[in-house]
Amino acid sequence: MSKFKKKTKSSADIPTASLPDIIFMLLFFFMVTTVLRETEILVKQTLPRATQLSKLQKKSLVSHLYIGKPKVTSKYGSEPKIQADDVLIEPKDLVLWVQRKKDELDEVERDQITISLKIDEDAKMGIVSDVQQQLREANARKIMYATPELFDQTSDG
Amino acid sequence: MGRSSLRGKNEINAGAMADIAFLLLIFFLVTTTFPNDRGILFTLPPKADPNEPPPDIKIKDKNIFKILVNSADLLLVENEPLEDVSRIKDMVKEFVLNNGRNPKLSDSPEAAVVSFKTDRGSSYKIFIEILDQLDAAYNEMYGERVGMTGVEFRELRNTPNKSPELRAKYNKARGKDGPNGKVTFPKNISIAEPSKISS
Repeated sequence: MSKFKKKTKSSADIPTASLPDIIFMLLFFFMVTTVLRETEILVKQTLPRATQLSKLQKKSLVSHLYIGKPKVTSKYGSEPKIQADDVLIEPKDLVLWVQRKKDELDEVERDQITISLKIDEDAKMGIVSDVQQQLREANARKIMYATPELFDQTSDG
Repeated sequence: MGRSSLRGKNEINAGAMADIAFLLLIFFLVTTTFPNDRGILFTLPPKADPNEPPPDIKIKDKNIFKILVNSADLLLVENEPLEDVSRIKDMVKEFVLNNGRNPKLSDSPEAAVVSFKTDRGSSYKIFIEILDQLDAAYNEMYGERVGMTGVEFRELRNTPNKSPELRAKYNKARGKDGPNGKVTFPKNISIAEPSKISS
């Protein structure tokens, strides 16, 4: 009899104090894995700010172009360059790039492709207009100048 | 004897778990960049047809609001130098809503065209500043047509899947409810190709 009593003395409840932590860790895991693709930005990016912003509705239709001075000037020079995906390209390669981006979309959505232009504020309009001409050529006419919001001190907007 | 070892506390020390979780949390807080998918939307004109010469459009000079920017980011607005970019919004509003009162400004909002030309050497920063001003001017004018502020109209514009009432209000503001689908209050912003070398 004494043997049985000794057995029941040991506490049998599972500790649940760490359960929330485990759940949190799982949450973080999924938070991290939802980022499908991260491109390393090779050009300087200080975006100009603006007030009249629109939000893009369908993210799958958006492709990004980055324009600015290369961060590694010893390798790429100091003139502003265009970055598409992971590589620096010339304006003439843009038509092909847009075609490739369009091929990734469904056939019905191809005309709605939106190009988000992330352009450094020190870039000149020359390269910006070259890009725009190429986008016209490639029939990707919906563009967005990506700009963070400007919180206006004079509050006239 | 093996069983006797179970007698004591059989909990895992969970105190360190919270620390690990916090470390992870802080790590991701620092490294996460939220995608900022906001900006100024613009639709480029269709590409020019090489077989067709550009159409010869005749617009009265007074119906064009001219903004020129040179390579030193200096402005020429309506043939006069302008220092303060933030004045463009009110100038555009006055120009578009003139309705023929001032003979130097536009005949009607329908006829008004804002022409914006930069130099290849102008900075992108000033381009965005001016484009923002033009957008603000039109947003405020559209808002005023339905008794809203520019900010409220912008929110309306950015609302996806508008209800029929909101859609009707939006179309009324944009002047898209005219007969035969004619737009009576178009947003005519023309961005000309930058000039090669400023003279």
